[in-house]
Amino acid sequence: MKVIVPVKRVPDTAGDKVIDADTKTMDRDAGETVLCPVNEFAIEEAVKLKEATGAEVTVLLIGPDGAQSTIRKALSYGLDGAIQVTDDAISGSDALGTARVIAAALADVEFDVVIFGNQSTDARTSLVPAAVAELLDLPSLTYARFMEIDGDAITVHREHEEGWDVVESTLPAVVSVVEAINEPRYPNFKGIMAAKSKPLDVKSLADLGVDAAAVGAGDAAATMYAFEPRPPKAAGTIVTDDGSGSAADDLADWMEEQKFI
Amino acid sequence: MTDYTPPLRDIRFVLDHVVDLDRLATLDDYAHVDGDLVMGLLDEAGRFTASALAPANRDGDTIGATLHDGEVTTPDSWKKAYDDYVAAGWGALQHPAAYGGGDFPLVVANAFKEMMTAANMAFALGPLLTTGAVYAMLHHASDELQQTWLPRMVSGEWAGTMNLTEPQAGSDVGALTTRAERVEDGTYRITGQKIYITYGEHDLTDQIVHLVLARLPDAPEGTKGISLFLVPKFLLDEDGQPAERNDVTCVSIEHKVGIHASPTCVMAYGEDGDGAVGWLVGEEHDGMRAMFTMMNDARLQVGLQGLAIAERAHQQAADYARERRQGTAPGAERGTQSPIVDHPDVRRMLLDSKARIEAMRVLTYANAMAIDLADALDGDEAAHWQKVADLYTPLSKAWCTDLGVEVASTAIQVHGGMGYVEETGVAQHWRDARIAPIYEGTNGIQALDLVGRKLGYDGGEFVPSHLASLRDDVADDRDELASTMAGVAAGLDVLEETTTWLLEHRADLRDVFAGATPYLRLFATVVAGTLLARGASAALDQVEAGVDVDFHRAKLTTARYFAEQVVPEVHALAPRVTATARDLFALDPDQLG
Repeated sequence: MKVIVPVKRVPDTAGDKVIDADTKTMDRDAGETVLCPVNEFAIEEAVKLKEATGAEVTVLLIGPDGAQSTIRKALSYGLDGAIQVTDDAISGSDALGTARVIAAALADVEFDVVIFGNQSTDARTSLVPAAVAELLDLPSLTYARFMEIDGDAITVHREHEEGWDVVESTLPAVVSVVEAINEPRYPNFKGIMAAKSKPLDVKSLADLGVDAAAVGAGDAAATMYAFEPRPPKAAGTIVTDDGSGSAADDLADWMEEQKFI
Repeated sequence: MTDYTPPLRDIRFVLDHVVDLDRLATLDDYAHVDGDLVMGLLDEAGRFTASALAPANRDGDTIGATLHDGEVTTPDSWKKAYDDYVAAGWGALQHPAAYGGGDFPLVVANAFKEMMTAANMAFALGPLLTTGAVYAMLHHASDELQQTWLPRMVSGEWAGTMNLTEPQAGSDVGALTTRAERVEDGTYRITGQKIYITYGEHDLTDQIVHLVLARLPDAPEGTKGISLFLVPKFLLDEDGQPAERNDVTCVSIEHKVGIHASPTCVMAYGEDGDGAVGWLVGEEHDGMRAMFTMMNDARLQVGLQGLAIAERAHQQAADYARERRQGTAPGAERGTQSPIVDHPDVRRMLLDSKARIEAMRVLTYANAMAIDLADALDGDEAAHWQKVADLYTPLSKAWCTDLGVEVASTAIQVHGGMGYVEETGVAQHWRDARIAPIYEGTNGIQALDLVGRKLGYDGGEFVPSHLASLRDDVADDRDELASTMAGVAAGLDVLEETTTWLLEHRADLRDVFAGATPYLRLFATVVAGTLLARGASAALDQVEAGVDVDFHRAKLTTARYFAEQVVPEVHALAPRVTATARDLFALDPDQLG
C-alpha cells in the first residue's frame, strides 16, 4: 500500500503570528515554525498503517527551501520519503490554489490513500482535503475520528456535532483526520537520525505541468482586503455584593445581557 | 506548578564553546557526531521531557509509589510516560549500536539526562540505574550474558538496579554478608537482604535485572571477597521471555522526604528456598571493579541531578518573581507595586542561582567530555583524560548536589510564604534534591575520594599539573574580561596553595580528611570558574562578531558575577582546609552535643 501524507509548515502555535502588511500574507520566516500539530495525527495514522501492512508512506509539502526542516521532522516518525513542491509562483495561494498544487503533485505519483489533517493551525479553512479530492475526482472522507482499511475498501467515522457517521468507500481515496483519531507518538531518536538520509524529491510547478498563472496570490479566489491584530483582552466585569445579596440579581442581569441565558 | 522549559540555548553554548563538541567529531569513534544533528536531537528530546515527563512529576510527589503484597505500583501517568520513554528510545543514546544504541558520546546523552531529570527527577532515577547496570555488564559480563540481557536493557524495556547496601554495610561495602553458592550448572544461588534499593520493584517494566553484590563461601574478607551477580526478577523461558518468578521479593519500601515515586526497596533474595538464581558478572571475587564501573557513571549522573533540579526550581522562582508584585522597588514610581524581580535582593538570589547553575553545567559537561575523550583516544592521551574524569567525578557529584539543595532552597525563598506551601510545588524540588548529597556515596565520601585517591594520582603530581593547565583559561587579556579572569586566577592561586598543603600533610590522614569537604567545595568552585572563564572568552568573541549579542552578553555577566562574587568564597574555605583536626577532636564525643 502507498500512503501520502501532505504536511504544512506553520508558525509555532505557542508564538505570535506575524502578517506582512504589504502582501497581507503570513511572514513565515518571522518567529519559530513547526510541523502543523494536526499533521501529527495524520502521520500517526500512516505510521500505524506502515506497522500493520508495511505501507510505504511519503510526505508531501508545498513550500520553500526553509520548510525542509518541517519535512525532516515529519520523516522522523519513520516515514519513507518526501516530495517537496517549491516555486516562487505558489506564494500567496489561497486554499484552492494550494489544492491545485497538491492535486497536481498527487496526480504525478501512485497512491492508495492520502491522509490529511482536517485543518492547519494557521489558516484553519479545512477546505484543502475536500478540494483535492474534487480535483482528482476521488472519494472524499473528511473529519475522520477513526479509519480502517480492508483490502481496497476504507471505512471512516466522520465526526460532527451530534456524533459520527460511518462512511465507506473504495480506494484510492482522500481522508482528513481530526485530533480525536489517535494519540501521536513521539519520534524515536533513530527516526530523527534516519530522517536526514531519506529521499527527497523536489519539484517545480513546471515539473508538475501546472500553469504558474493558476496559482499564487494573483489567481486566488479569496482576497485579503484588510487585517488587524486581535484587540487586547479587556478587563473583566466584577460584581460586588453589598451584603444584601444584590450580586445574584446583578449577575443574572449581566448574563442575560451577554445572552448566556 | 509551572512548566519546564528545556534550556537548549544554554546547553548548546556549553557544547559548542566550553567542551568543544566538534573536537569529538574529529575522532573515529564519534565521526557521526555533528553539532546540528545533535541539537536537532536535543531539541526533540527537550520537547519530549517537557511534554511527556514533566507533567507527571507532580503525580509522582503526591501519589508516589505504593507497595501491596510485594508489588510496587507507580502512578498511572508514570506508566504512560515510561512507555513513551521506551518508544522514543532516548535511553539508548550513548550505548553501543550493537545492542540497539546510538553510539553517541556521554556528553550528548548527559544533555538529554539533564533535561529528563529536570522534568522529573524521581522518574529519571530509574533509567539512571538501568544505565549503570548496562555499563557494568558492557565492561564485565560474558558475551552470552550481554546478548541475552543487554538489548532490552539498552532500550529501556527492562530495568536494571544496583544492590550494594545492607543494614551493616553502607559506606563500608566490604562488610556485606549476602551469600552466593555455586551450582553445578554454572549458575549461583543468592541469599540475603539488601536495603535502599532504588527501583528494586515497580510496575513500569515487565522485567527487572538486579545486579547484586554477594560473597562466595571461600571469599576473602572485605571488598576483595565480593562478587557481582545478575539476578533477574523473572527467569527467562526458551524464547527468552520473562516467565517463572525468581526468588526475589520486595519486602518494604521507604517513606521518604522526597522522590516519592522512586521506590526505595528492601529486597529479600532466596527467602523461600535455596536462593535466588543468579549469574556471575565478571570474575569471582572481582565484583568491586564492576561495581565501580556502575558507580562512576552513577556519581556523575547524580551530580547532574543537582544541576537539573536547580534549573527546574530556578525556572519556577524566576517566573514567580516576574509575576508577583509586592512593595515599591528603588527607583520605581511611588505607590506602585513592583514585580519582586525588581527588588535588588530578589535579583541577587536569582542571578546567584543562575550563575551557579551555569557553573554546574560547565563542570558536569566537562566531566562527561573527559570520559568521552578517555574512551575515544588511545594511550597516554586516554590515560590523561581518564584521570581528569576521575578527578572531576567527585567534584560533580558532591558540589553539584550541594548546590542543587542550595538553589532549590533559594527558589523557595524567592516565593516567600508561598514557597513553604506545598501547593506551590517549588518545595517538592527542594525535598527531591535533598537525597542527592547522600546517595551514590555521601558527599563526605566524595571528599575523601578526592583527597585520599585522586590527589595521590601520579605520586601527587597529577593534580598540580592539571591545575597549571587551567591557567590557559584565565589568560584572555581583553579589558572586558579583566575582572573575570583576575577573579578566577585568584581562586586558582588559593586552590594551588591548599593543594600543596594537603600533599605536604598527606601522612596525617586525620588532618587531610578533616579538610576534605571544604577542599572539595573550593576545588569545584575554581574548576567551574575556569570553565566559565573559557566560556566568557568565547561569548566575547560572539559579541564582537555580532552573533546573538544579548544572549552572549548575559554569559559574560554570569561569568563575571561568578568570578567576582562566588569564587571569593574560596578565601573563607582555605583556612578550613588547612585547619587540621585539632579542634574536631579536642572535644570528646559526649561534649559534642
